Amino acid sequence: MSLEEKVKEIIVEKLGVAADKVKEDAHFIEDLGADSLDTVELVMAFEEEFGVEIPDEDAQEITTVKAAISYLRKKMDQAD
Amino acid sequence: MHRRVVVTGMGAMTAIGNSVKAFWEGLLQGKNGVGPITHFDPAQFSTRFAAEVKNFSFDGILDVRESNRMDRYTQMAMVAAHEALQDSGMDLEKIDHDMAGVVVGSGIGGIQSFETEHGKYIEKGPRRVSPYFVPQMISDIAAGQISIRYGLKGPNYATVSACATASHAIGDAARLIKYGDADIMVTGGSEAPITPMGLAGFCSMKALSSRNEEPGKASRPFDRERDGFVMGEGAGILVLEELEHARKRGANIYAEIRGIGFTADAHHVTAPAPGGEGAVRAMRRSAEDGKLNLNEVDYINAHGTSTPYNDKNETAAIKALFGDHAYKMNISSTKSMIGHLLGAAGAVELIVSVLAIKHNIIPPTINYEFPDPECDLNYTPNVPQERRVRNAISNTFGFGGHNACILVSKFE
Repeated sequence: MSLEEKVKEIIVEKLGVAADKVKEDAHFIEDLGADSLDTVELVMAFEEEFGVEIPDEDAQEITTVKAAISYLRKKMDQAD
Repeated sequence: MHRRVVVTGMGAMTAIGNSVKAFWEGLLQGKNGVGPITHFDPAQFSTRFAAEVKNFSFDGILDVRESNRMDRYTQMAMVAAHEALQDSGMDLEKIDHDMAGVVVGSGIGGIQSFETEHGKYIEKGPRRVSPYFVPQMISDIAAGQISIRYGLKGPNYATVSACATASHAIGDAARLIKYGDADIMVTGGSEAPITPMGLAGFCSMKALSSRNEEPGKASRPFDRERDGFVMGEGAGILVLEELEHARKRGANIYAEIRGIGFTADAHHVTAPAPGGEGAVRAMRRSAEDGKLNLNEVDYINAHGTSTPYNDKNETAAIKALFGDHAYKMNISSTKSMIGHLLGAAGAVELIVSVLAIKHNIIPPTINYEFPDPECDLNYTPNVPQERRVRNAISNTFGFGGHNACILVSKFE
């Protein structure tokens, strides 16, 4: 499974939304019905899945599907 | 003006039925809800059975996302609240939401959530503790969630008094209506304590029956061979309503909440006061509050936990208060079938009392085999008994010495 697919899968699971709603430009709060606690949980799930640590100041910027994918891709590339 | 409080809706989740109808049918059949624990592997525990809710489902009431953010105790409260509100026939679009509140308690709260998240903390550290941990665990969250779901904007909180929790919730809710703070109250209790820590704690206290070879015979209130209580789980929710409010909308009125008696033993953390002294005053106070003569009480739904001490002391308390009339009443402990629901006990047992009044049938105390000379009242052994039931008292007594009795009466 690609990084992109895995991120989308986590979002579907954690936010309980249909997979076709999880488009690249979807905003967690505005489009996918998340609240502030959901976004914390999402970031936690990303950390767990990809074995990275996401500092709070970075986490604040991860507000869309696209932002999550590009942030994690960058983070994973650095790790390699 | 004197405001009267009536019961207009009920919902129940128990080991013998996942709705009020199924629960009542089970009670009349003397159905036994006790069996081996399935929620986790109990092999290491001195007690390995409990009265678990079977085939629990929140389909159509909670979606996956909502349910993931709730402890089991809240999930069960949501399902029972849904049933109670539907049963009330109330059109939620038409009520004054500011005058509708919720008081729903839990003796322990989200102990499963606590254990799960504590496990993550031990294994992976504090950064892995869910942001939902606190709002899942706290024992007031069922009350909050019910208000959010139905837009009930009146008084909202939980009570906590161990096994007397739901009776305190219901008593407070009735008084909020009586004092004019609300016209409608959704009230009761919920508990989901069958977890490794919940079981371990009660096992260590030696409070539980250890009849592992015969779980179905373990909850035997007032029987000479009783050896402790059986853990149960579930929820009971009632819709209380101011009488004129209920009449105006043509509601079905089950019964009237007539009297409330709250006292403390001020004696010991877990042991009841000698002679059930605190229980005597709580039952008496409920009758005084309802301006009812003691000899008009037909039924007591006993706390009847099946522990050696409770049943002996409760019997002594009933005899001390009612004198000769104690032998003319029916008493039963429905814990014989559903186990001890702790903070939800007072709610499901008040539902039993209401239904006894409605149907003029007393549900039995099952597993009654051997008379105990210290427990010599009519405990309605093994089979239901028909009789006219005008007034019933639901007894609950909690660790900490909390006593809460609710007097409920036929509505006339």
